[in-house]
Amino acid sequence: MIRFILLQNRQGKTRLAKYYVPLEDSEKHKVEYEVHRLVVNRDPKFTNFVEFRTHKVIYRRYAGLFFSLCVDITDNELAYLECIHLFVEILDHFFSNVCELDLVFNFHKVYLILDEFILAGELQETSKKAIIERMGELEKLE
Amino acid sequence: MNPFSSGTRLRDMIRAIRACKTAAEERAVVRKECAAIRAAINENDQDYRHRNLAKLMFIHMLGYPTHFGQMECLKLIASAGFPEKRIGYLGLMLLLDERQEVLMLVTNSLKQDLNHTNQYIVGLALCALGNICSAEMARDLAPEVERLLQFRDPNIRKKAALCSIRIIKKVPDLAENFINPTASLLKEKHHGVLITGVQLCTDLCKVSPEALEFFRNKCTDGLVKTLRDMVNSPYAPEYDIAGITDPFLHIRLLRLLRVLGQGDADASDSMNDILAQVATKTESNKNAGNAILYECVETIMSIEDNGGLRVLAINILGRFLSNRDNNIRYVALNMLMKAITVDTQAVQRHRATILECVKDSDASIRKRALELVYLLVNESNVKPLTKELVDYLEVSDQEFKGDLTAKICSIVSKFSPEKIWYIDQMLKVLSEAGNFVKDEVWHALVVVISNASDLHGYTVRALYRAFQTSAEQECLVRVAVWCIGEYGDLLVNNVGMLDIEDPITVTESDAVDVIEIAIKSHTSDLTTKAMAFVALLKLSSRFPSCSERIKDIIVHYKGSLVLELQQRAIEFNSIIMKHQNIRSALVERMPVLDEATFIGKRAGSIPATVSTPTAGSINMPNGIAKPSAAPLVDLLDLSSDDAPAPSSSGGDFLQDLLGVDLLSSSKTSGVNAVSQNGTDALLDLLSIGSPPVQSSPSAHDILSASQDNKTSVSPLDGLSSPSYPNQSTSAGVTPVMDLLGGFAADPPKPEDNGSAYPSLVAFESSSLKIVFNFSKPPGNPQTTLVQAEFTNLSSDNYTDFVFQAAVPKFLQLHLDPASSNTLPASGNGVVTQSLKVTNSQHGKKSLVMRIRIAYKINNKDVLEEGQVNNFPRGL
Repeated sequence: MIRFILLQNRQGKTRLAKYYVPLEDSEKHKVEYEVHRLVVNRDPKFTNFVEFRTHKVIYRRYAGLFFSLCVDITDNELAYLECIHLFVEILDHFFSNVCELDLVFNFHKVYLILDEFILAGELQETSKKAIIERMGELEKLE
Repeated sequence: MNPFSSGTRLRDMIRAIRACKTAAEERAVVRKECAAIRAAINENDQDYRHRNLAKLMFIHMLGYPTHFGQMECLKLIASAGFPEKRIGYLGLMLLLDERQEVLMLVTNSLKQDLNHTNQYIVGLALCALGNICSAEMARDLAPEVERLLQFRDPNIRKKAALCSIRIIKKVPDLAENFINPTASLLKEKHHGVLITGVQLCTDLCKVSPEALEFFRNKCTDGLVKTLRDMVNSPYAPEYDIAGITDPFLHIRLLRLLRVLGQGDADASDSMNDILAQVATKTESNKNAGNAILYECVETIMSIEDNGGLRVLAINILGRFLSNRDNNIRYVALNMLMKAITVDTQAVQRHRATILECVKDSDASIRKRALELVYLLVNESNVKPLTKELVDYLEVSDQEFKGDLTAKICSIVSKFSPEKIWYIDQMLKVLSEAGNFVKDEVWHALVVVISNASDLHGYTVRALYRAFQTSAEQECLVRVAVWCIGEYGDLLVNNVGMLDIEDPITVTESDAVDVIEIAIKSHTSDLTTKAMAFVALLKLSSRFPSCSERIKDIIVHYKGSLVLELQQRAIEFNSIIMKHQNIRSALVERMPVLDEATFIGKRAGSIPATVSTPTAGSINMPNGIAKPSAAPLVDLLDLSSDDAPAPSSSGGDFLQDLLGVDLLSSSKTSGVNAVSQNGTDALLDLLSIGSPPVQSSPSAHDILSASQDNKTSVSPLDGLSSPSYPNQSTSAGVTPVMDLLGGFAADPPKPEDNGSAYPSLVAFESSSLKIVFNFSKPPGNPQTTLVQAEFTNLSSDNYTDFVFQAAVPKFLQLHLDPASSNTLPASGNGVVTQSLKVTNSQHGKKSLVMRIRIAYKINNKDVLEEGQVNNFPRGL
């Protein structure tokens, strides 16, 4: 199960933070700070997995943005790596060539996409097309 | 209208924040926005409520407090339109979590929305419920979610399925309601519904054994077929990743099969074919394919044994391990850890590759590999593996050295085939990474060295060499200092030379150099320095030629600001200066430390210290007459950093001796010293423990006694003459006592021989009376035989009668069994018990004793205690 999802830039600014387990605000800030420290300085040749407290963080870097998933120690790391990539493809498709600024100004839409992709810490939909279509329907209701 | 609330759009606010050049500017902008939003909240502004909440979410993401907006979420959720509800639910998920009380207020809105006619609103409610629902909400809303599992729109069904996972995790009791609807989800064709259904099924199996049984019997075949269809499906662009149709679904299915197959041969059997197909047919050139293979291997390893499949799985891991991609190697190491319990031999084949991974630059890989190597070690490969690890220790990163040394030490102590190898490896580790070694590790090493008497010379020479190159490694220095103190003579004289050694020439002064460096080094901590002092004292006796120099070093520390060092310096100096005659006996080599006791102690079982005389003749607990093992282990128990610890270390032993030593110095130093004796005895009494001693009277007693005896002390003057018996060699603390006993034994006092002493009422209460009768065995004035008579003054019989006595350290007590453990009522019979007391301070101190009597009256426990101070003088 995914414990939380973080999207941070290289400076450590959080662009998206979704927690599927309850945490205090102060604890959330600590977690965000620690995860950023863990992933930001790793060599690109290194594994995309770092142990974090009693869990592990699967992260992947796209340009200046780090996508990090914190998952259970028994979860399939490679699958979650693929999962990050699928999420990025969906964002890319939705914003047509996504960049950090898109995510900043449309952060609420990013949350909306995420809610169509992952729910309760589990994968909800694996088709990029289905999610994009669903987003189109929701946009029409605005 | 409020001038603020019309204010900025969300986009403008974000822009304004991004334009800030400093953190202070940003705070100012945020503060202004927050003030405007609060004002709008107070005015209950409807029009901009959802815009304000969106702003608050952004502000929250930046890390500012936004709790004041929580109620706004609830208001938005309660409003009618979809855009308002959408922002409201988003805010609810971001700003609140399941622990807030406010959440209770939202349950009703959620219930309404779950029953809404607009399926998009139902979707919003399900999403919020799935992400933040609490146990209470789960109970309240479970029926709605259960119903939605059969909703016509697949988007709702899949959301409801994931919501159900959260519900059954919060309230496992609800699991059985979900079993049937889940079974129908597993038959779906829609990938989204199927993958969520499979996940729900997996979680149901985890929380409910009935569910596991149900799905295992009813759904295993269906799931196998679904997986087969997936594997054989033609190209499906919508779900295709790297040429594989929906790898995520593959993985979820494999995981569910694993849960169903674990511990059930039939279910495992029915999935063998498809697992073999996945393991052989899946493309492994892309991450997606490897993810499936990885999951498949884990399933094969977990379900019931099928030899062929396991070979296949181990081969896949072998391929993974040699992959250039670090991610793949990482998961291979991870899986090999699980495989090792299934097939050790197969994993052993990859040992060389795994060992290479320990040296990887990536900490994640190193850590996995090291743990795996640790599991791979056995008696046959311990030597080459340890060599590799120790060699790597030299070049490894600082932050990895801690983990690595801990593992090496553990391997070496667990599998060492012989002592010399153990000592060699430990010395290598100490030289490379002595600062990372934990205390118990080098304590254990000292115990082993102490037990390997044929290797003492070899070890001390090896340590001497290691010290020359690695004097900055604290733990190495400690072990070296200890060994040189103990075995310095073997170092200098090249005693016990082994064939493999190069001869070295070490002079006595070289050996002292080592200790001096350890004392003077700024990196040495208090423990090391304190140990070095003990070593110096020992060397001063072993190397008479260096005695003067050692004295100078010690004298230098008499003014040390560190109390422990100052005390040691003063005490040791006094030994060197004034007590040449007993010094060599004081600094005897430590007796062999008992390994079993050390290990037992480490495991937390502390040897019992209380003994009772009922079991027959056991010497009483004053620490002296106990078997040597336990107290000696205490010497090693240098509980590391805290300052007082060292004094209980090597010092413990010595301080005991010194306490004794002070007593014998009384012959030169008049009344002061005598009164010191008094307090000393008092301390001794206190150290016996149990309830607080009525100290002052006894102290006076002893004091006056010793003062009275001062005249009789004079013959002791003769003791400093070299004629004292040099019979001090055997083990333990006892010989030292004997030794001191020897002093007093020399001048026998004629009055002692066999003379009669008056009887003494040692204890009298309304119920019990104890009388002591004394006699002296001829020719041994130190020893007193005491015949204790117990009389029952009450009208009830006493059963389980036990008499216990404790004496200070200068006395030794031997209790014989009592004549009976039942004491008849009203003085109708007497129980007797004989005691033998040996007074090592005979002639200077009187006997003193604390007594305790335990018995039962009509099965009720009674305990009486007392102290006997009025023994006749001269005993």
